[in-house]
Order: sequence, then structure tokens, then C-alpha cells
Amino acid sequence: MIAPPKPELVTVNIDGREIAVPKGTNIIEAARMVSVDVPHYCYHPKLTVVGNCRMCLVEMGLPAVDPATKAPIMDPATGKQKINWMPRPTIGCATNASPGLHIRTTSPMVKECREGVMEFLLINHPLDCPICDQAGECKLQEQATGYGRGYSRFIEQKNVKPKRTLLGPRVVLDDERCVLCSRCIRFCKEVAKDDVLGFIDRGSYSTLTAYPGKKLENNYSLNTVDICPVGALTSTDFRFKMRVWFLKQTNSIDTESSVGANTVVWSREGVIYRLTPRRNDAVNDTWMADSGRLLYKQVRTDDRLATVQVNGAESGRDIAVNAASERFKQGGVAIVGSGRSSVEEQFLAKKLAAALKAPAYLVSRVGKGDNLLISADRNPNVRGALVTGLIQTLPSAHLTELAASIDAGRIKTVVSLGEDLTAAGLSAAQLAKVSVIYLGTHANPTSAAAKIVFPGLTVFEKNGTFVNQQFRLQKFHKAVPGFTGAIDDLTVLAKLVAAASSSGTAVASEINALWTSLAAEIPALGTVLFKNLPETGLLLDSTPWAGLPYAESATLHYQLAQPALATA
Amino acid sequence: MAVLPVERKPLSFAERTYMPQIFSGLKTTFKRMIKPAETLEYPEQRPTIPNGYRGVPTLVKDPHGREKCVSCQLCEFVCPPKAIRITPGEIPLESPTGHVEKAPQAFDIDMLRCIYCGLCQEVCPEEAIFLQNQYSMSGYSRAEMVNHKDRLYELGGTLPDKHYKWDKKKSAEDAAAHGGGHH
Repeated sequence: MIAPPKPELVTVNIDGREIAVPKGTNIIEAARMVSVDVPHYCYHPKLTVVGNCRMCLVEMGLPAVDPATKAPIMDPATGKQKINWMPRPTIGCATNASPGLHIRTTSPMVKECREGVMEFLLINHPLDCPICDQAGECKLQEQATGYGRGYSRFIEQKNVKPKRTLLGPRVVLDDERCVLCSRCIRFCKEVAKDDVLGFIDRGSYSTLTAYPGKKLENNYSLNTVDICPVGALTSTDFRFKMRVWFLKQTNSIDTESSVGANTVVWSREGVIYRLTPRRNDAVNDTWMADSGRLLYKQVRTDDRLATVQVNGAESGRDIAVNAASERFKQGGVAIVGSGRSSVEEQFLAKKLAAALKAPAYLVSRVGKGDNLLISADRNPNVRGALVTGLIQTLPSAHLTELAASIDAGRIKTVVSLGEDLTAAGLSAAQLAKVSVIYLGTHANPTSAAAKIVFPGLTVFEKNGTFVNQQFRLQKFHKAVPGFTGAIDDLTVLAKLVAAASSSGTAVASEINALWTSLAAEIPALGTVLFKNLPETGLLLDSTPWAGLPYAESATLHYQLAQPALATA
Repeated sequence: MAVLPVERKPLSFAERTYMPQIFSGLKTTFKRMIKPAETLEYPEQRPTIPNGYRGVPTLVKDPHGREKCVSCQLCEFVCPPKAIRITPGEIPLESPTGHVEKAPQAFDIDMLRCIYCGLCQEVCPEEAIFLQNQYSMSGYSRAEMVNHKDRLYELGGTLPDKHYKWDKKKSAEDAAAHGGGHH
């Protein structure tokens, strides 16, 4: 791989501290590197700079040089080069680092500027924090605490603007709360490429609105809610459900496609209330698709499997494992793994296949990619099955080979790890010929036809890892306790592996213990352990699988690998 | 330690008759007999509750009958024994108080947990929850000791409102809609 060119560094001085930053870094980002907070509303690291909120005003100075000779002018008092401080403040977001740039963020002038800007922003603010969903994560609240006057000098009547406007099916707008930062407008234009928002009217009457006849209904509309620094844009799904300060945040991964967008699961007392994107500059920046935000609803549905079943009757876990072990002894087992299972589950599935000398299959799900954060491959972890060795080639959508084996009578038992076999092309007659062992979360025709059913956990209820389309190993954490009656998939798989192996020795099912053997047995994983895997993931070496015909087209931060033959 | 024997003082004649002690005791008795009673015959008689008394927390309505709570859940957050549990909900736009947007769907205070600290009243930004005069809560089961929203409004009743914040908001909106006021 060619190393990216080293960025040119320039040294700037922020509040008396020198720091070398890449050329082109703006003052807000440079200040962040020395843990100095420059308050801002309109600036967003992933959007263009417009500089319209004026909150990030800082004092700026440059080293003095003699105009004629270009020689530095020294300050006799300090013995250092004299700094020419500009008489007026400048906005941090649109000021790029230049050599010797000096910045003051704590001077009386800066403080006065911030207080002035805050007072203007709060003039027409409705102050309805008690009913505002943004309360608790609102920049206006935070900055008002830091730079607010504490009382209002504005005795005139406040502006009235439209409230509770539906901008689209998932976004509600309250114009009175809007600070006109235009982040949402820029997001729609620059990232979602669906330019539907804009300001109408002038001055203090400026109002955010969708263009006539258009709606904010693209699949990325909820990102505008995330980036709205105030409570102007709220989500219809999360609106008035729960205050954010009650919610626990757990890092997770979006499972809707092989992009593997990083997410945060917000839950309280075992109930998930919302999913939001988590910044990962190598995968999803700070965005995620609206469709992925609804996935938490699968946790509490009526069709969740909640009991272990043997031959249709409720049973216990160990009885069911013994029953499975009996079927394993008769031979003729096939394993249908899943591109939705975690790497750990696929690893144990591979062990199970190896112990039983059973063929292993996977089912592919291919949809249409949107070139942004939903790829064509709708399985989050097909690459994981390649890395663990569960499969050698890419899966197809139909299990034709397995169907043929069943028809030929070679297969007597099929272990399905959450895959609906009827949807994967097996007929009801073929299913009736074999005994199905099903480990999954929700009821479907396969679980209904299965002889043994183990209720499993959804991605929000367990720990694990996925390998996304870039071969980036990313981990997700347990956000809420498992559904009542459900068993950790790893426990079931470990018990099945132990039952299938001739020695019958126990296999680790706890994730950290399992990872020691995972890392030892799979060379691609090297010295990685679950606990030391960074939250932003780890890029694996993908060369062993480089030539495969993957379904994905280019998405954000993912380019198609050039076919090897093209350059040869 | 050494033991020091102490001579008992011999009693005087008056002391030996016990009469002074009996009379001084009777004096107290008669004095109390004619003094007004200092106890209350509870529950027939009830004490007068002083101002600022912290009784059972209740929800109140404003003089126009609007429920003041907007389910901001600050009381739920601040409650030290976690006695309060709120399920927020949305007020439909057509409703007369539609402009308030938010109201509790359910509001439960577990009186077995409540410690009558009054933090909920102090934190309430809408002046909707008050610890009023009611001090006696009893019930036959744990479930009975949880005050639901209806009961909380029944206990709370209506209190005067100093601000009419939401009514002012509504009239500003109406004025704007009819071309008056701002915008």
C-alpha cells in the first residue's frame, strides 16, 4: 500500500500553547487538539464552512515583521517576536492555521463577543426547554450556561414562527427554536444530495422550510436532526419519548448492510429509545441511514422466540442440546450460517461444521446500494465468514446445492443460524424431509418447521464483532439485557460444538475467552483481542480475498478494488 | 478502686410523712386539669397545617383547567428515592392546549418511596407539582400506595397561576395568525 503523503505541519499558538497542526486546519479543530473548546453552532467538521452563527469569534494575531525589510520585529520586553493582534475578532471556523498564527480564546474581547452573540440568539428563542427534545444535548443550553447573561433585556414581543411543522415523514421542525445555522441545508445539499431545504424571508423573520411541493424524505433525513445544534429539528420517532439524560449510550454497529456504520444505542432500563450515528472518519463520518435507525424495533416484537423447543414442545437448553447431539450422531448434517451472525458465532459455526464434517452455506442478500451508506450487500458480516473460514466463496441467494443434497437424501439434519430456509429457496417439502435445528431471534416458517429451536439474541443484546466491506473488524456491545427466555447464541453454539466433537470438551462461550482461541486459530486476526479492539475498528489484511466478485459498488469511504487483471 | 461508704442522710419529719411530695404532685395534676388540652384527638380533630408544609406531592391545574405538567421529567430525574415515573406523551394539535405540545401520558408517584423532600416542587419549571397539605396516605396493598395521574390531579386541584405562560404564547400565536403582532 502506498502511504498517504505526510501533511505539511504549521505551528500555531492557542492561548499560549504551541501546537503543530496540518496546514488547512481551522482554528476550531486546532483548538480542539489542545483541549480548548471554541463554541460554535454552524460549523460542522463534515460540512462546508459558512460562518453565519458568529459564535466562534476569537482574537487573532500574527508575528510582526518590518514591512520594508521583512525582518521580524522583536519585543524587547519578552525577547520574542512581537505579535500584532488584530483590533477586531475573527471567526474560528473560517480561519485556517498559518505559520505563527496566535489565537486568544479567553480574552475579555472574546468573552464579550460570545455573550453578545448569545444574547442575539436568545432574543427570539421561545425558551420551551421543558417540552424540547433537545434539552440535555442542546448547544444553546450549554452556551447559555457558559456565556448567557442570565436574564433578558428584551422586553418587546418575541417573534412567532411556525411550530410543529412536518418537514417530512420523519422530521418535525420548530422554527422558533432555529438559530439559522444552515447545517441541515448544507447536509441535504452536500451529503444527501437532495437539496430540499432553504431559508425564506429576511432578518429576524428568516424561516427554514422545504421547497414548495418537496419534502425532506430522503433516507438520510434524520441526520439533520442529529446535527441540529438546537431543538429545531426533532425526530418523529423519538419525539417526546424520553429525555436524553436518562439514556445510557452503548456503542454498536448498524446491521442493515455491509457498510457497518458505527452507531450509538440509547437505552434506559433495558428499553432502547433511539439509534444515532457515531463518528468514524474511515467508515461513516458522522452519518447513518434512517432505515438503520429503526432496527431497534426488532428487539421487542410479538414474534420474538422466547422458549427452547424440542419437537414443538417447550423444553430446556441442555435437553435440546442433547437432542441435537443425538441427531448429529446420525450424520448427514448441513450448516446454514448467516451473514448476520457475528464473527464469533461464525467461528463457532465453522468449528461445528469441522467437528461434524458438515458442509457450510451462507445466504446472500443483495439489494440496491445507494452509493452513500447502504451497500448492495445487505448482510453485515459476509466478510467475517470469509475471515473465519466458514465459507471460501461468496454465497448466493438460494441454497440450490443444499436443496439438491436434501432431494438426494444425503442430508438428514440442517442447522440454521437465524436464516429462514424457505426464503433461501428450500421448499416446505424439502424442509419436511430433514430435521431442522434453528437458532434465531424471531419466528418464521423455518422456526415453525424446526424440530429443535433455540431462541437467540439480537445484535443489541450481545457482544460481538462484524467485518464490514472494507475488511474492517468492528465491535458492538450489549446495550440491553437479553429478551426473557432467549439464550446467548455463543453459549448455544459452544454447547453444540462440544456435543458434536468426539472428545466432548467444553468450548469457551464468553467473548473474551473465545477471542483468545479465535486470534490463535485465525491468522488474519493476529494478536487482536475483543477487549483491545479499538472502538473505531481495525482494518484487516484483505489480500487473501481480493479477487472475489463482491456485490458492493462504491459507497462513502469505500472504493471498489480494481480487478487484478485490469492492471496486468 | 476503693469503696467509700457514704452515710445516708436521715429523713426529716416532713419527709417521713410523704405529704409535701404528694401535694406537690397533686399541684401539677390540678394545674393540668384546668389548662387547655395540648394534644389532638386524631383523627376526629385535625391539625392546622402551617404554610410551607411539605405533604403528599400532587399535580395541579391552572385556573383555566389546563394541566400544567408538560412531562419534562425533571422531577423524575431529581427525585432522590426515584419515586416518580413519567411516560411522556404528545398533545394532539386539534386539542385546545395543542400549542403546549407535550403532556404526561402517565404520571406515577410511589408513596412508599417518597421521602417528602420537596425537590420535585423546587425543580419544576412549570409550577405543576406541589407538596400540599395532605399528610396521611394509607392503603391495603403496595399498588394502592402508588398515586396515578388522575389521583394526583384529584389531590392537587387548582392553584392560582402567576404567569399564564402558555396562554400568553397562545394569544401571541393567534395575533400573528390574524396579521397582528409580530410576523
